Amino acid sequence: MYSMVMTAIVRGLSGVCIQVEADVSNGMPMFEMVGFLSSEVKEARERVRIALQSNGYRLPAKRITVSLSPADIKKSGAGFDLPIAVAVLAALGEVESAYLKDTLVFGEISLNGRIQPVRGVLPIVAKAKEMGMKRCLIPEGNRMEAAQISGIEIWAAEDLKELVSYLKGKPCRQKPLFVSGDAKTENTEWDFSEINGQESVKRACEVAVAGMHNFLMIGPPGSGKTMLAQRIPGILPPMTKEEQIEVSKIYSICGMLPQNGTLISRRPFRAPHHTISPSGLSGGGRVPKPGELSLAHKGVLFLDELPEFKQSTLEILRQPMEDKKITLARQSGTYAYPSDFMLAAAMNPCKCGYYPDRSKCSCREFEIARYLGRVSKPLLDRIDICVEAPVLRYDELVRKECGEPSAVIQQRVIAALERQKHRFLGTQIASNSRIPSRETDRYCKLTKSQQSYMKQIYQSMRLSARGYYKILKTARTIADLDGSEQIQTHHLNEAVCYRVQDEKYWE
Amino acid sequence: MSDNWKYQYWLRCIHGVGNKKQRKLVEYCGGAKEIYRLSKEQLLKVSGIYEKDAEQIVKSRLVWDLEKEAQRLQKTGVQMVTIEDKEFPERLRHIPDCPYALFYKGNLLSNQERTAALVGARMCSSYGRETALMIGETLASHGISVISGMAYGIDSFGHWGAIRGGGATYAVLGSGADVCYPKGGRELYEKIQKEGGVLSEYLPKTAPVAAQFPARNRIISALSDIVILVEAKERSGSLITAEFALEQGKDIYAVPGRINDALSAGCNRLIAQGAQILTNLSDFLEELGVSSAAYNQEKEKENEKMKNALEKEELLVYSCLDLSQKNMEDLVKITKIPAQKLADLLVRLQTKGVIEEYYKNHYRKK
Repeated sequence: MYSMVMTAIVRGLSGVCIQVEADVSNGMPMFEMVGFLSSEVKEARERVRIALQSNGYRLPAKRITVSLSPADIKKSGAGFDLPIAVAVLAALGEVESAYLKDTLVFGEISLNGRIQPVRGVLPIVAKAKEMGMKRCLIPEGNRMEAAQISGIEIWAAEDLKELVSYLKGKPCRQKPLFVSGDAKTENTEWDFSEINGQESVKRACEVAVAGMHNFLMIGPPGSGKTMLAQRIPGILPPMTKEEQIEVSKIYSICGMLPQNGTLISRRPFRAPHHTISPSGLSGGGRVPKPGELSLAHKGVLFLDELPEFKQSTLEILRQPMEDKKITLARQSGTYAYPSDFMLAAAMNPCKCGYYPDRSKCSCREFEIARYLGRVSKPLLDRIDICVEAPVLRYDELVRKECGEPSAVIQQRVIAALERQKHRFLGTQIASNSRIPSRETDRYCKLTKSQQSYMKQIYQSMRLSARGYYKILKTARTIADLDGSEQIQTHHLNEAVCYRVQDEKYWE
Repeated sequence: MSDNWKYQYWLRCIHGVGNKKQRKLVEYCGGAKEIYRLSKEQLLKVSGIYEKDAEQIVKSRLVWDLEKEAQRLQKTGVQMVTIEDKEFPERLRHIPDCPYALFYKGNLLSNQERTAALVGARMCSSYGRETALMIGETLASHGISVISGMAYGIDSFGHWGAIRGGGATYAVLGSGADVCYPKGGRELYEKIQKEGGVLSEYLPKTAPVAAQFPARNRIISALSDIVILVEAKERSGSLITAEFALEQGKDIYAVPGRINDALSAGCNRLIAQGAQILTNLSDFLEELGVSSAAYNQEKEKENEKMKNALEKEELLVYSCLDLSQKNMEDLVKITKIPAQKLADLLVRLQTKGVIEEYYKNHYRKK
């Protein structure tokens, strides 16, 4: 008898459908599997055989052939056990094949027939819905995650017996969706009101977020750079449902999605340690999993101690920061993961961290230059805003009065982003930081007097062409925060204050 | 022109015969050319020349190719002057350990030139930096040449100040005159040679060895009429210069620092020991016999004009920076102006040219 079951694997952020066909016919008794299988899929044969036996199904002394197609895609992952088992059962006539039409099956099974959860459920279920499937047969442990995709029936089973009973016509029992409470409170973890002082850095943060500008803080150890960066996601606007699903898909592929029945609702904040390898950042593996760049999608990637990162690691950032996605080419195919993040970086001014306070810093000039030189110019070119985070004095530290809460700042940021959305309607540009240099004239109009003023600044501060455009873009954001359509001179001035001083320290 | 200098170069290069012996030989014979012609027996008659030295001299004569070596020296672009020449700085002749020859690039300072040494710590504070620049500039604009060692910190800023003031400045190196040390000072090294010069008692291509640096300090102090110390720690190379200056009977001026400032401890101690205190530049110029009235007036006028050009809030921020350098956070606290407004004001002041940003978000008066 012949049977066919649909399953899917994850490639990049989306699923690819795989047909699992089984045939039981006369011949030498054997169990054979074909179709470009990786070793973990080949092992499925033993698991399926024993799992079926331990659940009371005797495999007949016949020739059983399982074929997975299309044959040119490498099949890897743990989710093939269940579709193979179901296909074999269907071929043996143990289940009704009518239920297998428009049904997507995946899951891993153990020897005693228990169905184990797998990774990447969200993209697979989304794919099933896209293909017009009616239902998904999935492990019980993945039910919460799958339930996030509406409009498709989810049949979750704990073991093979339960699954077979559904496929024999028993209605699937509806289990309540368990929603954990802590998902809601997540958002209030970090707030800007907890930070005393650092007014200038806070303001720069606000400007950076309001235009999605990449952001660099320079300051001595213990000046609260990490603390500030952690609070950036809190002033970013809330994610839309589509964004949540997209981010959750990435986390699902990595097996990092919390199994409490919610999507990732808070913007990600990723702070990889500086020992991270290039592939840890970009994503790696034979079948590449998303790296930190993609895990920070729609959120903040915070690189603390920027000069301590390996040069080769930092250079990885360049292309994804331009393209908003990272493309990884492997033997098994090319994988693209989105990586639209805001970069927040922090660094010490020198090795000991106290320059320019010469009473504490004893670094020599060339040592300071060398330390700063570890951050490459191309990377620096992608950073729009740079500020100093000074050390806090004791009285600042213990001050009782609160700063502005994140929610208030967030309101201003949302308003500014709203203005930008309106302005860039119908273009590819998402925010001010993405305005291409050739179009700055159009979006960042200056008056005659402002032009001559900028000319003066360009010369006296020895700006580069790129630095000049960065200032214009930042000024555009400051004007948006101010609710002003025309850039004013004081907006320009503030933007100049946040510029990256490449001339003095990076040459 | 005579080829006397080729013999002088030979004499300078003889291994194992130092400054003192070279001077004695010249005193006895009258010139390097004459020494070249002396036999071993004649050489031994010179007091202070022993068997070994005489042998060295004779031997070196055999291996030394006068023409070739002279060409080699010319190629380095370094010029040489010896105590035999009348261009040799008169001030230098009087010190006990006067070098026989001096190598230089650029110009050699003249005997009529008024000079002041400006020395101090390599790792200086921005206060020291400002002071050095200011003193250097003031001296140079009053026609006093600034002499220093081109090291990082005060030395460099002293030179830079003098260049800014449009005067001559001379650097005495602890390496060969054609070796730019520190390497990062290349721009300064080139600029010094325009008006002034780079001097060294060491042969061209000599590497900067630590032991040579204290020795060059004696030349710095000897070439100067007065020695000014800007910032010096309790144990500092600048104090060596001060010691040489004392031995050579020069006036020492020290710029005072705060009592708890380690960077000024050396200066403060010198003042306690009787060095002159440098507190007011115009008084100082008066003491040197340079008229400073016109200079003062001009400065004041400039100040007044600038203050009038500033708006009320700008003036508030500017007056906070008047006393010392500050970062943005300090200014927010003192002036109570919100960060965004302050950023605007700071850049406005910068474009007006009254303050400068010397490090990311650290500002000071220009």
